[in-house]
Amino acid sequence: MAGGSSINVLEQFELHPVLGGLGEALRFSQSPLYMIMAVCVVLMFLYMGMRPAAVVPGRLQAAAEVCYEFIHNMAVDTIGPEGTAFFPFIFTLFFFILAGNYIGLLPFSFTFTSHIAVTFALAMMVFVLTVIVSLKVQGLRFFAHFMPEGASPFLAPLLIPIEILSFLSRPVSLSIRLFANMVAGHVMFDIFASFVIMLAGFGVVGDVFAVGPIAINVALMALELLVGVLQAYVFAILTCIYLREAVAH
Amino acid sequence: MSKNSDDSFDARLKAAERRSGLEQKEDLTEKEDAVEQSLPGLALRAGTEMLSALVVGVAIGWELDHWLKTRAVFLIIFALMGGGAGVLNVWRLVKSIDGK
Repeated sequence: MAGGSSINVLEQFELHPVLGGLGEALRFSQSPLYMIMAVCVVLMFLYMGMRPAAVVPGRLQAAAEVCYEFIHNMAVDTIGPEGTAFFPFIFTLFFFILAGNYIGLLPFSFTFTSHIAVTFALAMMVFVLTVIVSLKVQGLRFFAHFMPEGASPFLAPLLIPIEILSFLSRPVSLSIRLFANMVAGHVMFDIFASFVIMLAGFGVVGDVFAVGPIAINVALMALELLVGVLQAYVFAILTCIYLREAVAH
Repeated sequence: MSKNSDDSFDARLKAAERRSGLEQKEDLTEKEDAVEQSLPGLALRAGTEMLSALVVGVAIGWELDHWLKTRAVFLIIFALMGGGAGVLNVWRLVKSIDGK
């Protein structure tokens, strides 16, 4: 966090070894620790929710069922009947990112989705999957998509590389979107929080004005709660859209 | 009598399910629209689409130059093509919103 008059808003994204000597030896930073926590939270939620397996669900079970049905509907509505096969993947992706975004909003915690290495790895996973599915379903016809229909053959040397670049830019844009949103949100938190500390140095007048940045931070928290679920949703729905293109004949 | 009431219950249940199913679908499309139609969100999305294609183009050009020892020829070509691909991405994004 920022201290005194020097503000270092990017310090919160730095990785440090955790868990003492063992973490030091394994180069185990906060990022994998919080990933494991996110996975545990999601698993606990689903396990605790579904353990009663009651016909008339309780609150937690109803929540778990709503989550299941929401992603299931999204997968089947977007991809089509083949969506059922990809449902577990999309469910995992959505809740892993959502849990990561939300755990990152807790004070003193770390947001692993604010690292492009993590988001790019997730996006590459989606990209490689879509390419494999495309090649399996469409075979060599997959490569025909790189030539726009009705275009003059003379333009092919120009159009095909552009289409290929556009296709290759998908995982990059997917990862940059999630990463940029999370970084921007957390940097804004830090900036407004440091304003409070700076204003506290100006005596009573500063104390009065410091209410402003605190109010803004409260509003930002509401915005970040929205952004967290929205970005997880966008990641999942774009995965669905790419998979729909992959399974289309 | 009881069979009859069962039938009518099933029919009503079906109707209710269909209604709730429809409502869910409407919610989903509304959400999608909300994601894409908020102006700052759209601007950010268009920006990332454009930037990411340029990044991919520059990266490929850079690597090809490094590999083939042709200083900056492929970098120039692929940076231009990456820019073109970025415009194509933005055009597709805007077209998909207009088409809705």
